[in-house]
Amino acid sequence: MSKAEEEVPEPVRVAMVRDVTKVYRLGGQDVKALAGVSLEFKQGDFVAIMGTSGSGKSTLLNLLGCLDRPTSGQYLLGGHDVATLSDEDLSRVRGRYLGFVFQSYNLIQQLSVVENIMVPLSYQIPVRPDGRELSTKLATLVGLAGRLDHRPSQLSGGQQQRVAIARALVNNPHVILADEPTGNLDTATSNEIMELLDVLNNTGRTIVMVTHEPDIAKRAKTVITLRDGLIQSVEQNRS
Amino acid sequence: MNVIQQLILGFRSLMLHKLRSALAVLGILIGVTAVIWLVAMGEGVSYQAQQQIKDLGATSIIIRTIKPSEEANSDSGSRSGIAYGLLRSDYDRIITNIPTISAAVPMREISRDVRRDEYVVPAQVIGCTPEYFSINRLPVARGRPLAASDLRGLENVVVLAHDVAERLFPIQDPLGRAIQIGTEFYVVVGVAQDRTAAAAIGGSFSARQYNRDVYIPLNTFQKRIGDRVITVRGGTFQNETIELNQITAVVDDVASVDTSADIIRALLSRYHKTLDYAVVVPKELLEQAETLRMMFNVLLLLIAGISLVVGGIGIMNIMLATVTERTREIGIRRALGATKGEIVQQFLWETVVLSGTGGLLGVAVGFLCGPTVQGVRLAIESFLPDVWSTLPPTIHQLEPRLAPWSIIAAFGISVGVGIVFGIYPAQRAANMDPIEALRHE
Ligand SMILES: Nc1ncnc2c1ncn2[C@@H]1O[C@H](COP(=O)(O)OP(=O)(O)O)[C@@H](O)[C@H]1O
Ligand SMILES: [Mg+2]
Repeated sequence: MSKAEEEVPEPVRVAMVRDVTKVYRLGGQDVKALAGVSLEFKQGDFVAIMGTSGSGKSTLLNLLGCLDRPTSGQYLLGGHDVATLSDEDLSRVRGRYLGFVFQSYNLIQQLSVVENIMVPLSYQIPVRPDGRELSTKLATLVGLAGRLDHRPSQLSGGQQQRVAIARALVNNPHVILADEPTGNLDTATSNEIMELLDVLNNTGRTIVMVTHEPDIAKRAKTVITLRDGLIQSVEQNRS
Repeated sequence: MNVIQQLILGFRSLMLHKLRSALAVLGILIGVTAVIWLVAMGEGVSYQAQQQIKDLGATSIIIRTIKPSEEANSDSGSRSGIAYGLLRSDYDRIITNIPTISAAVPMREISRDVRRDEYVVPAQVIGCTPEYFSINRLPVARGRPLAASDLRGLENVVVLAHDVAERLFPIQDPLGRAIQIGTEFYVVVGVAQDRTAAAAIGGSFSARQYNRDVYIPLNTFQKRIGDRVITVRGGTFQNETIELNQITAVVDDVASVDTSADIIRALLSRYHKTLDYAVVVPKELLEQAETLRMMFNVLLLLIAGISLVVGGIGIMNIMLATVTERTREIGIRRALGATKGEIVQQFLWETVVLSGTGGLLGVAVGFLCGPTVQGVRLAIESFLPDVWSTLPPTIHQLEPRLAPWSIIAAFGISVGVGIVFGIYPAQRAANMDPIEALRHE
């Protein structure tokens, strides 16, 4: 890590939230899912978000993922203030700057491995002519060279999550967002997935990951703990 | 994604539920086939009618004997039978009094068996004048037509229709040989060219089965067969006297057809107490047939349109189910960068694949209209000959005619229906909240 820091003395800031809140109205009652959170993500960060159930982890990740707009506060991503963007622009920002990895893999059943990896490219303008080659390369990178034409139902959970990770890489995103990526996997497979994320992080990818497993969180560089919609602690892991 | 990729993606998504998609396709297929088949049959029937009317000639006027209704002749009905219909004097009056008429042919007909040795053929014996062949554009293929001298001399000569000649003389040359009608013998002087029968038009006169005719001089008919017809009906003898069954008049100019017909009507009404004749103008029939054809087409389009709308509702139903089932996929695609518009497009392409496939298959089945009608006809003819013989000649001879416009319209409407009925489900898909959609089980 220190080697990387020497090469890039001032890492580029890729995303920043300042004082964001998210309030849900539930039966006339306001639920403050986020009560004012400020965070900064630099290129090469590997952040784990922890916290008890209901502390606001998913809400924060959805905001970072531009799937939702904050009730108040600012979110800067790729030079845009996300809070002011239209629905269509939010879609474009997601497609251009973000990669998603979900707990339940979320692959499209009728598509093959390569085609699943290609999905984000079909929403890029202009269309990349080398989409299939790139996707094949990424499938090979995550260790699925022999299963390019398999359907998700023909793969194990770990293999499906590898496809999802390759899919999250295909548009060369600024940030990869992962919501409990190992939540459905056994320990051995979880470790394999975490190793894959490590490799990606070591090649300069920024990763933000929600988890409730301390063992998994330990493998990130930074652990942020939320409580009742507020940041309770920020710890740097020794590596 | 380009169009081809969109179509392939749509097709593969639909393959997730093969039976369901197949049923939706079937709905459209039936609609499109219905359009094409109904229009083809309608066109076939009207083409037949028009052909027959054209055969009669746009410049001709046909005056036919019809049996007056029972009430009208109840007082004249006696044991000696009834006399009705056109008279030989009617013919003379028409030909001498109406200058616009350039030619006319009187005609008498009766069903009789004709025989030669052991061959017996049921035929229609027609007594006529030589003009019959030119006015009906019926060329004599071999030998000669009837001649004026045959009438003057009351000759026992006969011209055979093509089929009758073939059945009476399977091997020999009929020319110069004798055939028997009733007790009389007639010498064959000519054989008419083959001519398929035309269908009847609107019941106003029956089909002319030219191929079953035998032609003898009108005067000979009167002398040998006579005006009186005795038929047995329900155990009692019926005794009718008819001088002429038909007079076909031809005017020299199409423009004077209508006025000439009016004059004929006026002339005849003066000499006939009861309406025992009908004046038919083929030109008018042609115009009526054309109007009828258009009305028929509008009606068919309406029926077909309804069946396509039903197909469209089927598509909408299936797409709504699909959208609900694939909520998760919609959430994934939205997270990965798809805009609402792109989701709408994706699902619209799916409905286009559904309705387009239905449309293409419908057109393909549409082309099978001819062979299908042929097959059904053959099946009825060979397995249900009784039913077959009761069917009108319109059915016997129906040749569906595929109308190119109906194929294009049917396919276009089917795709249009797909888009119209696909919009609502597609919008439902696009308006889902991505977070909710991703959470959907
Ligand atoms: N769509 C929603 N509508 C109403 N309340 C919500 C919604 N999403 C989350 N919440 C509430 O916001 C709070 C934080 O939720 P969440 O971010 O899902 O927590 P975590 O992921 O840390 O378990 C919870 O109290 C939850 O009930
Ligand atoms: Mg959560």
